[in-house]
Amino acid sequence: MKGIIGKKIGMTSVFEPNGKQTAVTIIEAGPCVVLQKKSVDTDGYDALQIGFGEAKEKNTPKALLNHFAKANATPKAVVKELRNCSIDKQVGESLTCEIFTEGEKVNVVGISKGKGFQGVVKRHGFSGVGEASHGQHDRQRAPGSIGGSSYPSRVFKGMRMAGRMGGDQVKVKALRVVKVFADKNYILVTGSVPGHNGSIVLIQN
Amino acid sequence: MEAVKYIHEQLTVNKEIPTFKAGDNVTVNYKIIEGAKERIQSFKGDVLKRQGTGFTATFTVRKISDGIGVERVFPLFSPNIDSIVLNKTGRVRRAKLFYLRERFGKSARIKEKKQVQK
Repeated sequence: MKGIIGKKIGMTSVFEPNGKQTAVTIIEAGPCVVLQKKSVDTDGYDALQIGFGEAKEKNTPKALLNHFAKANATPKAVVKELRNCSIDKQVGESLTCEIFTEGEKVNVVGISKGKGFQGVVKRHGFSGVGEASHGQHDRQRAPGSIGGSSYPSRVFKGMRMAGRMGGDQVKVKALRVVKVFADKNYILVTGSVPGHNGSIVLIQN
Repeated sequence: MEAVKYIHEQLTVNKEIPTFKAGDNVTVNYKIIEGAKERIQSFKGDVLKRQGTGFTATFTVRKISDGIGVERVFPLFSPNIDSIVLNKTGRVRRAKLFYLRERFGKSARIKEKKQVQK
């Protein structure tokens, strides 16, 4: 596995060599700094810890400041770990978007946009109850029955109902890398990516 | 926005595109790839609208083919567009000429804008 932390910039569409127009998301990926290498012997698992984005020194805890100082790095805003990483980099070395090549398939992990309190039709894909006519009203987006009355006489745990939607971690799989701009650290991937513009995403494969 | 601009400056092939707007009569020479062969098909008609800004802008061309109205949407910066020829500039009072869809024959004509000789 390899990966890099990035920032979602926005979407546009580009023309592919065959003339087809493709919707793409622009991600400013890296440069990241390798902060720590974890191994089975010392930490119980293999991982590469990387940092992305600049943080103010006065807002960073002392403990973290010294952690960054060990890698000769400035304070980072985002720190993530890549389990079983195949990237061969030493602590303090920087990681750029060039680890990905054009045509490669990647997964992108991000936090989805918050949708607020939503009903079951939008949140769980229910169809709603009943029809518009035949004496029915107010039932078009209703959840329907949530359980039996005499048995089980209670509502089962995990029953899908209305509630807060969005703001969850979402992974979109198998997006194709359309183009890599190494000088500006931009990666173009096909389709959409979770989160609003400016949100932090993890590109991996 | 700068990122979007930068990407299109790198990826989009800048071509000479005549300035045209809704109501103009244009011929779009469009590349069609059939297997290994490539040929050019032309589509002549009135521009119904121009939509969008920047490198993702499109325009719609309407023509009457065998008595049936045909509309086609072209991406302005598509590499498959060989050339766009401006035949006539029309005198219209709208930016989107959707009213043409309900009309045919004489009432669907667009008056030509006469250029003042300098």
